[in-house]
Amino acid sequence: MSFPWAQQYKPTTEFGQWMDEKLPIGRLIYNSVGAGYPTPRNLNYMWNFGSLAGFFLVVQIVTGIILAMHYAANAAIAFDSVEHIMRDVNSGWMIRYAHANGASFFFIAIYLHIGRGLYYGSYKAPREMIWLLGVVIYLLAMATAFMGYVLPWGQMSFWGAKVITGLFEAIPLVGKPIQELLLGGFAPDNAALNRFFSLHYLLPFVMAGVIILHIWSLHIPGSNNPTGVNVKGPQDTVPFHPFYTAKDGWFLGLALIFFTGMMFFMPNALGHADNYIPANPLSTPAHIVPEWYFWPWYAILRAFTFDFLFVPAKLLGVLAMFSAILVWFFLPWLDKSPVRSGDYRPRFKKFFWFGLIPCIVILGICGGAPAEEPYVMLSQLASAYYFAHFLIILPLLSRIEKPEPLPNSITEAVTGKPLEQAS
Amino acid sequence: MVRFFGILIGLFFAGMLIYSFGRGAVEYVSNPPVKAVEYQFHEKPKDVSFASDGPFGKFDNQQLQRGFQVYKEVCAACHGLRLVAFRNLAELGYNEDEVKAIAANWIIETPSVNPDTGEASTRPSVPADKFPKPFANDVAAAAANNNAIPPDLSLITKARNGGAPYVYSLLTGYSDPPSELPEANRPGAGLHYNPYFANLNIAMAPPITGDDQVTYSDGTKATVSQMSQDVSAFLIWTAEPSLVKQKQTGWAVIAFLLIATILAFLSYKTIWADVKAEKKKKDA
Repeated sequence: MSFPWAQQYKPTTEFGQWMDEKLPIGRLIYNSVGAGYPTPRNLNYMWNFGSLAGFFLVVQIVTGIILAMHYAANAAIAFDSVEHIMRDVNSGWMIRYAHANGASFFFIAIYLHIGRGLYYGSYKAPREMIWLLGVVIYLLAMATAFMGYVLPWGQMSFWGAKVITGLFEAIPLVGKPIQELLLGGFAPDNAALNRFFSLHYLLPFVMAGVIILHIWSLHIPGSNNPTGVNVKGPQDTVPFHPFYTAKDGWFLGLALIFFTGMMFFMPNALGHADNYIPANPLSTPAHIVPEWYFWPWYAILRAFTFDFLFVPAKLLGVLAMFSAILVWFFLPWLDKSPVRSGDYRPRFKKFFWFGLIPCIVILGICGGAPAEEPYVMLSQLASAYYFAHFLIILPLLSRIEKPEPLPNSITEAVTGKPLEQAS
Repeated sequence: MVRFFGILIGLFFAGMLIYSFGRGAVEYVSNPPVKAVEYQFHEKPKDVSFASDGPFGKFDNQQLQRGFQVYKEVCAACHGLRLVAFRNLAELGYNEDEVKAIAANWIIETPSVNPDTGEASTRPSVPADKFPKPFANDVAAAAANNNAIPPDLSLITKARNGGAPYVYSLLTGYSDPPSELPEANRPGAGLHYNPYFANLNIAMAPPITGDDQVTYSDGTKATVSQMSQDVSAFLIWTAEPSLVKQKQTGWAVIAFLLIATILAFLSYKTIWADVKAEKKKKDA
């Protein structure tokens, strides 16, 4: 859209012209995902996960709307209404398993999408706003997923809601009122279930709105690419359609094979057995754990085991858990290295692959494990590295690191010929 | 400014965590945690397979009918099946009349009201009814069972880690407590030692005690292991009646997706051929 060499939309039919004057929806599509969006020619498969995450959001919205037609948000019958969907609604089991596993696949896609941004410096100027909106989308996705897991009103739903809303209790003075406001009472019950259902239905549409802003702000500077070098001319790009629609399309098929493999053959592998027991406020499950996509943050929360002066350990854990995500909002200004792509940053690359990635994996394992040794000590070391990576290593690294020479252009990186000679 | 405050915050959190790690490590070394007794004696579910296992698994209707018979004659007095309806039994191969007879003759009647007086009463079940609960409420269930509430079995193979092999292991896993078991973990009054149960002592008395406790009409020898396996298989079905349909649908969907994905991949290759050719020249 903003590129001087962007193709202009030319309606070919009379009706197309008539529409273009009144409601240029064809122009919008053409410029956002059509031939009118010039995209770097060298994007690798890590650039496929944005559209994939969008696809799974649509899966969630469609299956979710159907589930809502049969689900009853009432603490007395919510559990049985889910079993009614599984047993009596035509293909209800398919809709529910698609929704339950779709959430996991949405998070797989979104984590790889975030990881891509972290490694290739997609958060750096001029793309800071895309990154900030992306963090907002991620926060909304976490809130939506958490509330969705409460709806079946099983044991893990109930106790998960109790533990997570209980976190707010740690905040001095206002904590308790906030918790009561969230729950609509003193403990999770019908009021909490109803507002969670209402918000679980609302937030995905808020997400869709922020995703439109996310994509809008992407189309101002255009896509980043594995070299991190700016697009310098038309030879550096290919039109989004048909080149990337085709690439996204076949990759979507591949992802769907994995997704349907999960949902038809091991639909409960990522869930908890305890959630097939109806919620019982009088019986606490042996291990209360959230869904796998929250494990790293849960590990950070539980890593704080000692009070600091007058600050209790629980409050420290809550502050650290929220800070661990909020730190992403400051990332564009913490990492000031002018080089975007990790491919050309020898030290950053090492910290990324041998520091950050193992640290997140360890946090994930520890978050899913019971709170006992050695998991607590491991999560303390990994959490310490997590904060050090974003808040200490990245700011200092951008000062001392000597980046490798960048290619002059994308075309040169791909074909070996300077931009001017390439056809 | 952002980086200055960032580094300070980073130092604070990392410092706190290293401090906590240090104190935890000292504690760990000086006072190593003892594994709970439950961990030492608890056993993982036995290795047992079912006809419905695996991506091509199917229910063995003969076995499900035997399992239903065990449920009816052994379990049903205490354990409900509240999410399953009598009509669902048609899926096990019973015909309409058999289902009607099973419903009408069930050991517990369905709660109802007397049509003349409006007083609470019961009536024989019809196929549309769910299995009636064996106890009117949790208080009655606890009172009749030494303060332990027998769980409903509709979802039991999905609601326990280990699934059907866990149910099988629990049913066949009763034994005398090992001599080295500490006194505090020995079964108290009304409890029974079972190493497959989470806290080793279960309130349920051994339900399947000897061979030929039920008499199978298909001639299968009713050993303890056979009856336990049959009822576990039946409980796989009650928890996931559409299990076989799920797998069959899954294969059809994946076959379609494979073809569609291969076609999409080929068109992707064609579309990119010219752009890739330029790159090939460089690599050559």
